[in-house]
Amino acid sequence: MAAQPRRNRVSDPDMSSPHIRKPVSVQREMFTVLLALVPGITAYVWQIGAGILVNLVLASLTALAAEALVLKLRARPVAITVTDGSALVTAWLVVLALPSIVPWWLTVLAVLVAIVGAKHLYGGIGQNPFNPAMAAYCAMIVAYPALMSQWPAIGNTDFTTQWHLILGGERAIDGLTGATALDAMRTGLRGHTDVTSILSSSAFGFVGGRGWEWIALGHLLGGLFLLATRTISWRQPLSFIIGLGLTASVFWLIAPERFPSPLFHLASGGAMLAAFFILTDPVTSSTTPRGKLIFAVGVGIIAWFVRTFGAYPEGIAFGVLLMNLCVPLIDRSTQPATFGQRKEKRP
Amino acid sequence: MSLPHLFRFPGGIQPDAHKKESSEQPIRPVPLPARLAVPLVQSSQGSARTIVTVGDKVLKGQCIGEAEGNAGTAIHAPTSGRVTEIGRYPMAHPSGLDTLAIVIEPDGEERWIAREPLDMASASHEELILRVQASGIVGMGGAAFPSHIKANSKIDTLIINGAECEPWISCDDRLMRERSADIVTGARILRRLTGARRVLIGIEDNKPEAITAMKLVVQAAADDGGEISVITVPTRYPTGGQKQLIRVLTGFEIASNQRSSSFGVQCFNVGTAHAVCRALVHGEAMVSRVVTVTGNVEHPGNYEVLLGTAVADLIELCVAKPGTERTLMGGPLMGFTLPRLDAPITKSSNCIIAASNTLFPPAPPEQPCIRCGSCAQSCPTGLLPFELYWSSRAKNYDGAVHYNISECIECGCCAYVCPAHIPLVDYFRFAKSEIRARNQEKRAADQARARFEARSARLERDKAEKAARLTAKAAETRAALAANKDAATDANDAALIAAAVARTQAQSQAQPPASGQNGGATPPEPSI
Ligand code: SF4
Ligand code: SF4
Repeated sequence: MAAQPRRNRVSDPDMSSPHIRKPVSVQREMFTVLLALVPGITAYVWQIGAGILVNLVLASLTALAAEALVLKLRARPVAITVTDGSALVTAWLVVLALPSIVPWWLTVLAVLVAIVGAKHLYGGIGQNPFNPAMAAYCAMIVAYPALMSQWPAIGNTDFTTQWHLILGGERAIDGLTGATALDAMRTGLRGHTDVTSILSSSAFGFVGGRGWEWIALGHLLGGLFLLATRTISWRQPLSFIIGLGLTASVFWLIAPERFPSPLFHLASGGAMLAAFFILTDPVTSSTTPRGKLIFAVGVGIIAWFVRTFGAYPEGIAFGVLLMNLCVPLIDRSTQPATFGQRKEKRP
Repeated sequence: MSLPHLFRFPGGIQPDAHKKESSEQPIRPVPLPARLAVPLVQSSQGSARTIVTVGDKVLKGQCIGEAEGNAGTAIHAPTSGRVTEIGRYPMAHPSGLDTLAIVIEPDGEERWIAREPLDMASASHEELILRVQASGIVGMGGAAFPSHIKANSKIDTLIINGAECEPWISCDDRLMRERSADIVTGARILRRLTGARRVLIGIEDNKPEAITAMKLVVQAAADDGGEISVITVPTRYPTGGQKQLIRVLTGFEIASNQRSSSFGVQCFNVGTAHAVCRALVHGEAMVSRVVTVTGNVEHPGNYEVLLGTAVADLIELCVAKPGTERTLMGGPLMGFTLPRLDAPITKSSNCIIAASNTLFPPAPPEQPCIRCGSCAQSCPTGLLPFELYWSSRAKNYDGAVHYNISECIECGCCAYVCPAHIPLVDYFRFAKSEIRARNQEKRAADQARARFEARSARLERDKAEKAARLTAKAAETRAALAANKDAATDANDAALIAAAVARTQAQSQAQPPASGQNGGATPPEPSI
């Protein structure tokens, strides 16, 4: 009756503890994130037009194909990683960061930069230091500044026109493209117009860019859903909002005619998308609790400075990449104290 | 009465409890098995020395192994019968290695040896401590630390651990519901031994019946100077870990290199307190314990199991259902898969789980770590498990040490929450054993070097002494020659000197310089 002794081995997880696991998986987390992007995308289609859906399909297919190919070349298990959903999340974020009327090849290129360059050249999921979507955005804005600054004009949601632009059609037609709120604000301020008169222009809505503020609201809703399902930590969104909001507040209080309000900053550009979807990327954010706070506050502050004084209207992507660079340092200096070494011995 | 202030420990998880499967039936006896194999090693600190021989008749509770040394604890015959064998039996351990055990064939009469309760009023402290040791009492929560050592320290706060935080296990729950009076009596004795000012009995809030039962006993006899309180603690694994419970109840955080007694705190499991009461008040040595048998079995529940009963006997009694793939000892978070079912129940075996793939699904394939930090958020020790994982995987053991791998208590919280399904604890166990091996090698090398250096020094010293002796001798010879100058011829003189020189040379050749050979790779044999 005595069974043969079977030794536990490192590679035999069925034999050693723990014998139970929480029902969580990378795949589940990624698809929850995709679901949370739906409100923002819906608002996008409603306000700007359905052109973005073309980009989403195109980017998704490119991402999956690129991911599968690279994994195969690197002799890694293909099926389990391609289906984990992380490539799709990257692809959707790239699309949401780009103007939705960029020609199709720019979308494809951006996704390739994200998946092949920013993710796999560094060793694949878990190893990449830079947020792939933000790296792709920055590469594109540096390489194609003109295309990257042509945003669809609000009020012109005609799908045929957008389809035509995506296919690479003639772009120099008036009324097809328009300035974003951040653009208008920057140009206006450079021209020494004061904030109040800039805000009265047609590019602006209630608090941010006309139309765009609804998209921001959609992303905020999606973000709250991610918080409610505990898919993301509250640390990055909150501290990013504080970092950007507080910096904006300080300058706005000093000179309200020269600096727009914190609310404007938070409702414009990619602030909400970044707060809930970009900064919370587990791989490239800081991993320690205090590190997450520092990381996101840093992005918020840098974003404000680039938006206000930099060469590009939107500064979040640069903020993210810069803070990505600092993550190893942040992680190292915020290593939590272990049990028994913590300060809060007896409150 | 004001609510006690409770403290938090970092991390922790809240898995499904699965207590009801086994906790709703009273503790039941187990029919006498055909034989009982009682291992000599029952405590974490020492072993027992056999004092019976094959063929001896023994009575239930009779000492069959004496405590070896100060830290050892005695073992006793779990029933009356005959010693049939003293041989090697498999241990209840993940390795499945053998250990020495005394095998007893029951005579079916369950005849106790004369029980000698201590007169608590007159017994001295030393008598009580000796009796705890002689009754073979060790921590029953799993660590099996000898209780007489812990009970022999002077402290302020005595903690009785009834948290029972691991899923599926309910033996402490049942014990508290059914034998609360004995537990509280045991706690009182332990308080007397340790001189504790207060006794805190911590129970997780998912055991309301146990809490009520314990409170009833404590309130019924609120007498002997000093407070005993039953404290309800939130259900969160691993609250039942000794250091975690101490943190929750007292606020003290005890680091891995510190002892709780230096904070004036000592912690005993409820089962241990119960055993102390049985031993001192009723004169019954530790011969059985309550074991939860649960999981994929027809009759889950708690059983009063004689020590030495084979796990297989329990599984047979409770009838494993089809689909049982393996058998766990302990809970699903820290327990291990039993390599063989003929391993006997020991004083620290609290739970047996028949595991099917439905109840305990096999691990999904391991995916790359996405650095999500969930593991760090769940770690009760405040470690960064993913850093430990990256270091361990890269065999960068210095990195693992930097991230405090030695502090890891292998509680399994990190692996439980990991969305990439990485068997983190397996990596840590492996890295720890590698680090241990490396440290041992280093220590051995250090010792060898120290030995070698000591020997070289000794040889040097011997050589120097010998040279000094020879010089002295040569001087003596010369002096003698000088004294005999008149009588001796020059030729004689020369011959004597030549002989002395030759002797010196011969000796120095027989004893080569110690440091000379091959850079010291092979230490020279010492010359006499
Ligand atoms: S929980 Fe798993 S995937 Fe997440 S950081 Fe820890 S080890 Fe990596
Ligand atoms: S097993 Fe170790 S690293 Fe993992 S949670 Fe427990 S103490 Fe922390």
